[in-house]
Amino acid sequence: MWKWLHPYAKAETTYKLCYRLLPYFSWLAVITLVSGSIWGLFYAPSDYQQGDSFRIIYFHVPTAIWSMGAYTSMAICGLIGIVWQIRNAELAVYAIAPVGAAFTFLALISGAIWGKPMWGAWWVWDARLTSELILLFLYLGVIALYNSFEDKRTAARASSILAIVGVINVPIIHYSVEWWNTLHQGASITKFDKPSISPDMLWPLLLNISGFLFVLAALVCLRLANQILINDARRPWVKAMVSEKTNKAEQSKNRATLADKE
Amino acid sequence: MLEVQGLTCFRQNRCLFADLNFVLSEHQICQIEGPNGAGKSTLLRAILGLFRADEGQIIWSGKSTTQQAELFLQQVFFLGHKFAINSDLTPWQNLEFWSALNPTQNDDFASALTKVGLTGLEHIPCHSLSAGQHRRVALARLWLTNTKLWVLDEPFTAIDKSGVQLLQQRFNSHLTSGGMILLTSHQDLSQEFTQLHTIKLTDNTGEII
Amino acid sequence: MNNLSTSKPLSYWSAFKSIFIREIKLAWQKPTQLVQPVVFFLIVVTLFPLGISPAPKTLQMIGPGVIWIAAILAIMLVVERLFRQDFQEGTIEAWLLSTVPMSLLVGAKLLAAWFISCSVLVLITPVLALLMNIETHVIPALMLSLMVGTPILLFVGAIGNALTVGLNQGGVLLSLLVLPLYIPVLIFATSLIEAATLNMSYTGQMSILISMLLVSCFFAPVAIAAALKNTVN
Repeated sequence: MWKWLHPYAKAETTYKLCYRLLPYFSWLAVITLVSGSIWGLFYAPSDYQQGDSFRIIYFHVPTAIWSMGAYTSMAICGLIGIVWQIRNAELAVYAIAPVGAAFTFLALISGAIWGKPMWGAWWVWDARLTSELILLFLYLGVIALYNSFEDKRTAARASSILAIVGVINVPIIHYSVEWWNTLHQGASITKFDKPSISPDMLWPLLLNISGFLFVLAALVCLRLANQILINDARRPWVKAMVSEKTNKAEQSKNRATLADKE
Repeated sequence: MLEVQGLTCFRQNRCLFADLNFVLSEHQICQIEGPNGAGKSTLLRAILGLFRADEGQIIWSGKSTTQQAELFLQQVFFLGHKFAINSDLTPWQNLEFWSALNPTQNDDFASALTKVGLTGLEHIPCHSLSAGQHRRVALARLWLTNTKLWVLDEPFTAIDKSGVQLLQQRFNSHLTSGGMILLTSHQDLSQEFTQLHTIKLTDNTGEII
Repeated sequence: MNNLSTSKPLSYWSAFKSIFIREIKLAWQKPTQLVQPVVFFLIVVTLFPLGISPAPKTLQMIGPGVIWIAAILAIMLVVERLFRQDFQEGTIEAWLLSTVPMSLLVGAKLLAAWFISCSVLVLITPVLALLMNIETHVIPALMLSLMVGTPILLFVGAIGNALTVGLNQGGVLLSLLVLPLYIPVLIFATSLIEAATLNMSYTGQMSILISMLLVSCFFAPVAIAAALKNTVN
């Protein structure tokens, strides 16, 4: 059943696939994000309780969702890489990590921005924000581990193992932090309750959620292609590709100079 | 019989050797030569599975070592650069703990240590011994092991002339009884061993002689 | 003289026992290494009253958390050294080449480390409870939480050590990797102690800690084996 995936174990095939998919993801990202954000920021009705400040959820919720989603997919890639010995999957771990970390960071910032008008403080030890903070540390750990190794294959394998260990912990951390929060709850409501969502508010949110997914996919494609290139720099297929491109460039340069002469 | 097929190793994006093929049969000894950093140790480690090769297969007795690892490891003795001697334990204890993890023919640590010239030092912590004596404790294992394939990384380092002779005698007796040896060394072994094969690792690829 | 066919059979149990005994012997020879984490534990706990306030009520409030955080830091010291010597001497490679499964050998080492390091940390807790003005009826709960919790910290920390032991800087990176993973243990253990302080039942937190311990018991050796195999690359 998985035979159609076999060619993608080769670096070159995956590299080409990344670049083929990139334009689709990028355009979809732009379209959905722009339409979702404009709709959400300007046209969706304002919330009965929170006024206009709730609009930050159009950025906070998608980034938070995909920060966790990215970590899970990173761990799945790591698992595939280790169990089936596929190098591309291990490289994908390092491709996803910084993007996921950036999303987590954005989720934290947007969460803080949301928190300020609600509770008057830039940071509250709310369950969701605390979980996101710990998730950020997990991401930074994976990135730091990868960068500490000289040999990048060893690095990729190590960060895959760490990602898998981390993903087992993510739900545990999530629930333990939530539970901790209920123990130490102050008088005010500390959960980021989604306001009872009316369809006018829901659609832009869904648009933005898909938008951020496409951004994630596009960036990961780009990064994975780069990582494959970096790691295979001395291999014959890369050298062939480089010389092919140099030849093409020279040919077009020659044609240009010939055209000029005429 | 050990078969290496199409072995390719990269280290930090540098190709050490590509598409290396050779066969090692019983009674044969093979020496891997090459300048420092050419990848001799990496080749040994890749054969053992300690280093992840990029491409290639290692076949032992007709079965791939990745699929039948236990079958292969049961028959292998390895002495690497770092020879797994704990300096806080005595030579006797070191041999004891080693033999719990590896197939041995007997428990005669005393005679093994005598063979390598460490009589009287069996129960002194290894950190009190010299570097050469340290090595001899590891080499004592050669008289205890009963595996077929010996993989040795620079076994003659820090060993004096009589020690070298002793080792070569041991190698010969191992080869006669059907064993195989794969080693790296800067020494010239062609005098002692008639059935010597060599693999030369140069900058790019290995040549087999 | 050299018989390639006979050998005494390799028993997994005797290999396991042999590694366990080896670790105990090695630890016995270096008693200072045993004592260092304990003294560190003590010193860190002492810093808190000095840095915050020695008022009895304050100490009682922050006591369980402080002791647990200090325990976490002390375990980090233990865990940092876990595989270092074995890696440098080539013992890890020897273990990888043995026909005995690596997870079993790693498990033996972890079990020995549990006995050696965690027990001494737990034994000193009554003294620390005294320093932090924790009521006597809470001390059993405190010790219980450490007894169940410190092995979890040890096993998870060992994974981090196995990943980084081949690197030069190791130490700080290890803390970055492992401390976030300790947070659930910290949360449940401190809540267990607080429940005990209020004379409430803490079986809920205890069962969660025990299940975390069982999960890490079974999965840590596997993860560590994979990490060590990668480190010797």
